[in-house]
Amino acid sequence: MESKQLTAGDLEAYWVETPPTQPWIRVGMDTGGIAAGARRVYKALVEARDQLGLPHDIRQTGSLGLSYADPVVEVGDASGSTVVFGSMDEESARDLVRQYGRDGNLLEDRVIASHDRGRAFDGQPQTAILVKDTGTGKSEDRTAVFQELIREELVVHGLDKRVKVYRAMDMGLYQRGICVQLLPSRVTYADVHGPDIRRIIAESLRGGQVLEDLLETSGELQERIVLRHCGRIDPDELDSYLRAGGYRGLKRALLEMSPEEVIEDMKVSGLRGRGGAGYPTWLKWKLTRDPVSDRKFVICNGDEGDPGAFMDRSVLEGDPHAVLEGLMISAYAIGADTGFFYIRAEYPLAIERVQRAIDQCRAAGLLGPNILGSGFSFDARVRLGAGAFVCGEETALIASIEGRRGSPEPRPPYPSVKGLWDKPTSINNVETLAAVSSILDRGGNWYAGFGTEQSRGTKVFAVTGKIRNPQLVEVPMGISIGAIIEDICGGAVSGSNIKAVQTGGPSGGVIPREKMDVPVTYESLQELGSIMGSGGMLVMDTSDSMVDVAKFYLGFCVDESCGKCAPCRIGGYQMLKILERMHSGNGKPEDLVIIRDICHCMRTASLCGLGQTAPNPVLSTLQYFEQEYLDLVSAPVTGTSRPRRKVTTSLKGF
Amino acid sequence: MTVETELGNILEWVKSMRRRVHELAREWEDEEGNLIMILHAIQNEFGYIPRGVANELANELGINMARIYEVITFYNYFRLTPPGRHHIQVCMGTACYLKGAMQLHDDLDRELRLLEASGGREGEFQLESVRCIGCCGMAPAVVVDGETHGRLNPSDARTILKQTRRA
Repeated sequence: MESKQLTAGDLEAYWVETPPTQPWIRVGMDTGGIAAGARRVYKALVEARDQLGLPHDIRQTGSLGLSYADPVVEVGDASGSTVVFGSMDEESARDLVRQYGRDGNLLEDRVIASHDRGRAFDGQPQTAILVKDTGTGKSEDRTAVFQELIREELVVHGLDKRVKVYRAMDMGLYQRGICVQLLPSRVTYADVHGPDIRRIIAESLRGGQVLEDLLETSGELQERIVLRHCGRIDPDELDSYLRAGGYRGLKRALLEMSPEEVIEDMKVSGLRGRGGAGYPTWLKWKLTRDPVSDRKFVICNGDEGDPGAFMDRSVLEGDPHAVLEGLMISAYAIGADTGFFYIRAEYPLAIERVQRAIDQCRAAGLLGPNILGSGFSFDARVRLGAGAFVCGEETALIASIEGRRGSPEPRPPYPSVKGLWDKPTSINNVETLAAVSSILDRGGNWYAGFGTEQSRGTKVFAVTGKIRNPQLVEVPMGISIGAIIEDICGGAVSGSNIKAVQTGGPSGGVIPREKMDVPVTYESLQELGSIMGSGGMLVMDTSDSMVDVAKFYLGFCVDESCGKCAPCRIGGYQMLKILERMHSGNGKPEDLVIIRDICHCMRTASLCGLGQTAPNPVLSTLQYFEQEYLDLVSAPVTGTSRPRRKVTTSLKGF
Repeated sequence: MTVETELGNILEWVKSMRRRVHELAREWEDEEGNLIMILHAIQNEFGYIPRGVANELANELGINMARIYEVITFYNYFRLTPPGRHHIQVCMGTACYLKGAMQLHDDLDRELRLLEASGGREGEFQLESVRCIGCCGMAPAVVVDGETHGRLNPSDARTILKQTRRA
């Protein structure tokens, strides 16, 4: 099909849902998965399958987001049942094919229980039980003990041949004591105690009754829109994307709507820029559509430079066509004929997959002249970043695509009026564009149904740091930070306590533990002195120094300052010197006054977003953890600092 | 090797380099703002951007050498010196930093100094700290010759060097 020009009719044929007819295995092969050994796992799976002559269709896919469990493998069959296995290696891959693929047995300590929990058995006999001690904060891990107890009880009832018991790797429930999930129904019981086991076996397994008092009724907190295909399709295959409903949004826009109607639908959806600033997407498009110009451009900003964030990389690697489709829709809406993907050079796999997606679309006639017979012509190219954080700023990004140093320009004029090669240009973030293709497919009203009044839809976060299960999550706006941290990611790493969560990276701030119930929206995070940002969410525990973290982020911004304007170039450097001096025990009480002054100056007088927001990590740690700064200026932290200071004083006499 | 053959080799290299730069310039001829993409291609090929190659590129594109150098020196990704035989990159993203990347970097640095002091070859290893490589789930992470190692302890520094030397 690579050389065939697709028509609207061809696309529709792809969209007819066809359930799989044979069992399949998917291996998460994004950068994270590959780093953890996914390529070796893939090879071992293929070899084992061929050796046993099994029919499984083995495919690569993007990331399901479960970074803590990389490499991740998902197995499914024609009946529609799927099981996710985590922390795989070559040996467990061979076991998986043999034990599960051939014999239908699960693996110990590898299964990640489904969050899509069942409520009833529907008369179906249950064949497996997953068990996991999700902790109570009091005792040792009792998973193995309960596994044995359940097995013994199964023997009593003569069910031990039919029902197997496995230790799960993760239940998606935390601090809920012993949890069990019955398969295939996915009925899940939490806070299970010793005496409950008898009831579960007798009443649930034998009697087919759901035990309402133990039943876990909480559902999936995540809502996957941007990540809808990540970990589900093969990112290197146009076919795979099309079968998942791909380019349906493009077809609807090109053949059924005028550009104005597309912008109107975006307005209804309420989508705001997911790069961090939250500017309404429809308005950006309208402002770029309005000016009269011989050429216009669209750009996908994939210069994800925030240290500790990997949302955009995951989307580009897991679902490049969804972003390309979004870019094409934005081009149609504003009347552009050329688009650019600006991607970090440090993301070679993302670059490769996006380039492949572009080549496939050119071959299929989805890029080029007169797309789908609509009269709309468009082509896209990839341009690489070269390791400059400031190039995430739109005017610097434009300079970089033009082949120049990435120095920002004062705005206005905004790129919507005077952008790439002085032509009107619309720049959208990767996540925004992946949402666009989904919105045009399902309608603005559908998308507006998620989130809050001011912050519609969903947001992807990369949760990392001192967290039990670091991962990529996509949640409806308005959910609390606490729910993301505690309920989805399992709270602090064992044995520690969360102190604060940092959002927005070097441009953001910290949110202390006491404010964890605050809803995630653009406005509420700003009120707390942080920002939504692009989606990095860094969890810190009580062993982390807030001054050190502020120093880390500031050091990053000083390194990355382009040096064009004085407040950022000089202010950032001087403030970093003061913080370093304080940290080494030579701080003075008046340092805090100077720091606040510099922050104020940088915020108000810097040329671009980098300098204006660089003080945020310092200001917000000062706001919530001022005592840590005061401790540094009042008492020396190292033994050597006092004498050194005395020497300086005594030298003054000379 | 005689002086003549050695000089011949150098001349041959210069000729092929010129040809390559010419090809690259032609390949990107129709693209506006092509400089950064050409520099990427050059670094991919030579491992860094040698001054002579940059000079050749300036001639090819009809621009000043300063135009090229202002771009190379602005962007962290471009290198002006040849890379070591083994390339070790310690991720200094926030998640890795919190989980002890600094300590790991210092340990690797110390081990490398010891190695050099005990007669190791110069330029065998190149150690650098890099911006977030996006493997935050595996923090702290180190990339050795393109292969990522994650969830490391400080004691892993020596093991990594040993394994790399053996490979």
